[in-house]
Amino acid sequence: MPGLLLRNIFRFVILILLQVLVFNHMNLGGYLNPSIYILFILLLPNNINSSLLLLLGFITGLSVDLFTNTAGLHAGSTVLLAFMRPGIIRLLFGNLEFGPGESPGLNKLGVSGFFRYTLVLVFIHQLALSLLEVFNFHHFLFTLSRAFFSSLLTIFLVMIIVLLTTTRKKH
Amino acid sequence: MRNLFQFLWRNQFFTLFIILEIVSVLLLSNSFSYQRTLKFNFVNDFSGSIFSSYSGITNYFGLQQENDKLVVENARLRSLVPLATENIDSLSVHPDSLYTYIPAMVVSSTVSNPNNLIMVNKGEKDGVEKEMGAISSMGIVGIVIGVSEHYSVIMSMLHQNMKISGRIKSNYQLINVVWDQTDYLLGTIIDIPSQIQLQPGDSIVTSGNSLIFPKDLLIGVVTSHERNTGGLLSTAILEFSTDFNSLRHVYLIKNQMAAEQDSLLIKISE
Repeated sequence: MPGLLLRNIFRFVILILLQVLVFNHMNLGGYLNPSIYILFILLLPNNINSSLLLLLGFITGLSVDLFTNTAGLHAGSTVLLAFMRPGIIRLLFGNLEFGPGESPGLNKLGVSGFFRYTLVLVFIHQLALSLLEVFNFHHFLFTLSRAFFSSLLTIFLVMIIVLLTTTRKKH
Repeated sequence: MRNLFQFLWRNQFFTLFIILEIVSVLLLSNSFSYQRTLKFNFVNDFSGSIFSSYSGITNYFGLQQENDKLVVENARLRSLVPLATENIDSLSVHPDSLYTYIPAMVVSSTVSNPNNLIMVNKGEKDGVEKEMGAISSMGIVGIVIGVSEHYSVIMSMLHQNMKISGRIKSNYQLINVVWDQTDYLLGTIIDIPSQIQLQPGDSIVTSGNSLIFPKDLLIGVVTSHERNTGGLLSTAILEFSTDFNSLRHVYLIKNQMAAEQDSLLIKISE
């Protein structure tokens, strides 16, 4: 169990640093902004206390906000992501049994399962993020397209990170 | 009442979700207007120090371009020297031209968000205050909205709450410049009097009305102007003279007379 805690703390620090130092400055196409830090929330153990999940979502978002001077923006959208997570897991993988401390990662869900899981949650997160960021409906289509393409980029990067860092279990 | 609390406790997950979202939106609401941002922006030295140690590494990669820019600026300043020394007459120096400049290095900046901020490595200790202007060797950059001990945050021109009072250089007409959030190279000129037809290449400069920026500082160059039919005011597109994506050095400028001019304006309006 302490191994699990340490692994998550390590993942939190690395992902936040990668996000604020590298990915916030990627600037692809002039307006795309991937949010890879949400991988921390995606990979939390499945049996985590649901209130703790929400609080961790809030803390993760607020940590990114601390660096971008956007208090509340990432916090709000990551809380929404954390709120949706248990429901989405139940919806997509209803009959899957999780052991204690087991996370909905690549090894558990398989590449296609993890891809679907990431796809749904990243779209929800990016849409919330884009709407909260402008907080109005001017240029609504532009906001939507920003959310859509940033989501594609986020999903792509999250899949690469996960594929590179997960040691696959041999069956 | 008791039933309500029981209900909330049973639905802990949902209740906590709503509470955290409300807290987030309340925090976020501080960025909804320029005035609120100015009042509630809290910059911290912690993120600044992480950014600056990181940019200490990455800065080496851009040294060549940065040198080129400085050479160009030196040349421009040199060309102004004879002009400046010839015209100096102790009686004709107007106190409204008293601006002090604090050079600063960018430690973190974005251009891809709807609201972009720039963090620089000078803060309270160096004399930076809120509402100071920020310029680069190429033109206008933004306004300081938050200061910590060693760092400050600039609201760049690429921010939805930003609105700069400008002039068309050729005919002194007053206009305003905003950003429409789509392209970081292009700004929008609004409030153009309907009788004015702008040509691509016309320069837009600061008006000096804001007390923050000196007048005649370059904002950008007009790229296109669609004459609108019917309305009194039309809009046009301009290309910012500052390249916000490659920004490394900025100057923070303080109008020494701002306090006096400000209090005069307040006195008049009372």
